[in-house]
Amino acid sequence: MGIEGIGARVARKEDKRFITGAGRYVDDMVVPGMKHAAFVRSPHAHADIKKIDTKKAEAMPGVIGVLTGRQLKADGIGNLICGWMIHSKDGSPMKMGAWSPLAVDRVRYVGDAVVVVVADTKGQARDAAEAVEITYKERKSVADAVDALGKGAPQLHPEADGNLIFDWGIGDAAATDAALKSAAHVTRLNIVNNRLVPNAMEPRAALGHYDKAEDHYTCWTTSQNPHVARLVMSAFYNVAPENKLRVIAPDVGGGFGSKIYIYPEEIVCLWASKRTGVPVKWVADRTESFLTDAHGRDHHTTVEMGFDKNNKIVGLKVDTIANLGAYMSLFSSATPTYLYATLLSGQYNIPAIYGNVRTVYTNTAPVDAYRGAGRPEATFVLERTMEIAARELGVSPAELRRTNFITQFPHQTPVIMCYDAGNYGASLDAAMKQADYAGFAKRKTAAAKKGKLRGIGMSCYIEACGIAPSAAVGSLGAGVGLWESAEVRVNAVGTIEVLTGSHSHGQGHETTFAQLVNSRFGVPLDSVSIVHGDTDKVQMGMGTYGSRSGAVGMSAIVKALDKVEAKAKKIAAHLLEADEGDIVIENGQLKVAGTDKNVPWFQMALAAYTAHNLPQGMEPGLKETAFYDPSNFTFPAGCYICEVEIDPDTGKTDIIQFVAADDFGNIINPMIVEGQVHGGIAQGVGQALLEGAVYDASGQLLTASYMDYTMPRADDLPSFQVSTSNTPCPSNPLGIKGCGEAGAIGSPPAVINAITDALGHDNLTMPATPGKVWAALRAGAKH
Amino acid sequence: MSEVSLVVNGRKVSGAVEDRTLLVHFLREHLGLTGTHVGCDTSQCGACVVHVDGKATKSCTMLAIQASGSTVTTIEGLANGADLHPVQAAFKEHHGLQCGFCTPGMIMTATDMIRRHPEGLDETTVRAELEGNICRCTGYHNIVKAILAASKTMSKASKSKAKKAA
Repeated sequence: MGIEGIGARVARKEDKRFITGAGRYVDDMVVPGMKHAAFVRSPHAHADIKKIDTKKAEAMPGVIGVLTGRQLKADGIGNLICGWMIHSKDGSPMKMGAWSPLAVDRVRYVGDAVVVVVADTKGQARDAAEAVEITYKERKSVADAVDALGKGAPQLHPEADGNLIFDWGIGDAAATDAALKSAAHVTRLNIVNNRLVPNAMEPRAALGHYDKAEDHYTCWTTSQNPHVARLVMSAFYNVAPENKLRVIAPDVGGGFGSKIYIYPEEIVCLWASKRTGVPVKWVADRTESFLTDAHGRDHHTTVEMGFDKNNKIVGLKVDTIANLGAYMSLFSSATPTYLYATLLSGQYNIPAIYGNVRTVYTNTAPVDAYRGAGRPEATFVLERTMEIAARELGVSPAELRRTNFITQFPHQTPVIMCYDAGNYGASLDAAMKQADYAGFAKRKTAAAKKGKLRGIGMSCYIEACGIAPSAAVGSLGAGVGLWESAEVRVNAVGTIEVLTGSHSHGQGHETTFAQLVNSRFGVPLDSVSIVHGDTDKVQMGMGTYGSRSGAVGMSAIVKALDKVEAKAKKIAAHLLEADEGDIVIENGQLKVAGTDKNVPWFQMALAAYTAHNLPQGMEPGLKETAFYDPSNFTFPAGCYICEVEIDPDTGKTDIIQFVAADDFGNIINPMIVEGQVHGGIAQGVGQALLEGAVYDASGQLLTASYMDYTMPRADDLPSFQVSTSNTPCPSNPLGIKGCGEAGAIGSPPAVINAITDALGHDNLTMPATPGKVWAALRAGAKH
Repeated sequence: MSEVSLVVNGRKVSGAVEDRTLLVHFLREHLGLTGTHVGCDTSQCGACVVHVDGKATKSCTMLAIQASGSTVTTIEGLANGADLHPVQAAFKEHHGLQCGFCTPGMIMTATDMIRRHPEGLDETTVRAELEGNICRCTGYHNIVKAILAASKTMSKASKSKAKKAA
């Protein structure tokens, strides 16, 4: 490891602009002639649009255009789609209802966009939006997924009878039933995975600019995957063909999944720019973000886990109802299926598994992938069940887990996944040691003397990152391939630009990707630039989500670097009159191994471009491209331990310590990896203790501001103790597994296991607010 | 419309604004100082914190006309030329930022916090005083670390300055 290479704790290159206020987010963009958009949104959860009167609004000061869904449809703009086809058990395709970027006849959730107003200033656009008169006829609404499946529930889409989108199964139902029947003990429970709002700190925004002279569109947008946005907006929404549409995702202020999807607003801004003849910018306010960003989780699940007399798991049956909201968002169908039920084996050897998932329309915001996406839900199901089973069986939670750990690799689970490498016992040992698990009883007694209730809980999670290979996901219904691209451009002076289809919105790619180049060629980090987020610069890419940028994005860079290295060695061999097989790259030089003959990197690069003295027949220049399609998912795993202290008088839970022991495979920059874990844990603790999106019976979102939705703040959290014990991933050239989501996946059950340990019973749902814990202390039974 | 006149990052600025214009919008849209961000509508997130007459202030909670006559420092005015302010340097060194959106507000809050605690800071105090700033990326772990480190650096610097003066 060099001082700037792989494994080094290098401070981030990108920080300079962020700490000096020079970051460039979409709302910072100014285009000459730019005007501002405001959306008129449905105040009702479910209603027919009877009449839209825009006259008053059109006469307001500064108003340039007031546009409706009918005009949008007349211009041929298409409906939003879900890009992953799931078939029900009976073989029928999922029932996707129409989602128009601006509602035409009917609105299906509070916040559904109906009209857009374009005006000189943001204030004028908002004033005019308030003057748009829409007559609605309210319909009955339903916000809860279980209720939506009930008889007589209001119907959202004519395509989806009974609001059921699909009824999907995975695994062997008969074998699982038989296993449970034969089990010596069966643990049963009902689980609610609370609905969350991702809450990236930068609200979503879009700036659409139609250039009449070129008949060309540019869209600046808060996207985690600008290339997919361009593809989908071209192929499905009919905004413009790809060669006439440039999508730029500049600095993006966090995503956590919510900025993967293509939303109505960017489509409408592009279309409105052509309609009105001016560039149109829209920036969400926070309440708009709460109402319209894709939410996460929202599962109702029943679990049955059977054990034999030796406490070995014999079977697992899971039945889940997943709320997808009013419309199917881009990857909404994949999240509660292939990203959820395929992880139901956890870290355990389970011979028979059956998962059934029903997805449901409700009059709520669309639900899609949020940090972890399906894997937190699977982990919560498993790790709550294991904890409760241990309590029921009278064995320690650690021992029950250890008894069932998978120890041989590769391991084929009954639910598609083939785990390639891991050492689950090592993570468990590391976490227990770090947490001084053995000393807990003493600490509990000491806390009790102060009148406090102590509890400790663990969670052994596994997740799957870098969804792949493309052919496999295609066969499972994905509408896109899940490879990544890279282009490495060595300039004539030896500096390097790496163009990547990954997108950085906090992950530090500009640093870690440059560290990879430094490790390969010895070029200083300052001489390496990472270019991303612009479809005019980077030809194609699949973006950043699912912790894929290390495992897939960097692997693509490795492949391109391999090609650059091969050509560079040929050039060097020619210049040094040596055999290319003898050339090695060390400390920024290409050397003849075992001699002092060398050519500095920059001289080799210059030679590639002067082309005065290249090998016979070689093309000038030094630029290579690679597309990388992984051979398998990667499987990060780990063990989290949480220790809490509850004040029985107030029900307030304090996290005394939080320990994370992860296996991420090889690590490029430990500082950045730790930062990812910290952030993930904070979101997981947020889910466990504080956060929950609440709709009332009429479909109004009660938690639509930071006054109402409890975001984790600094004084809600402790400092975290994080460590890694790594087994390299055999499925990609760098041995990377991915670390972006682990914290959010592993932590909620650790927290709830700790609180229920302190309470002495399991009658508790997330978020475990002081009110709920206080009530649980008084109501619950002993376990 | 109202006339406002104030000093921003050491420069006298003035302009005509709608009465309803917030200080943050004046900074961002009239002066092009886009380092100050808007992350919520309810004065909760702190992405918009600037210093008004030396005090950390949420610029989304103040009308531009209220700030008329004041001296305002934004994130763009914190560094001394090419030299980063110690709080900026500590955020970089300790990885106290990821997406960078909350960062300007965090740094402005932290700078004021350190100024108000010349006796030094501890973790509990830092966490309590960050109550008005939300970060979704870092889990605050490294932000707290950065502020504690900057507080130490600045207190050493001021002590050595005082020593020299004596």
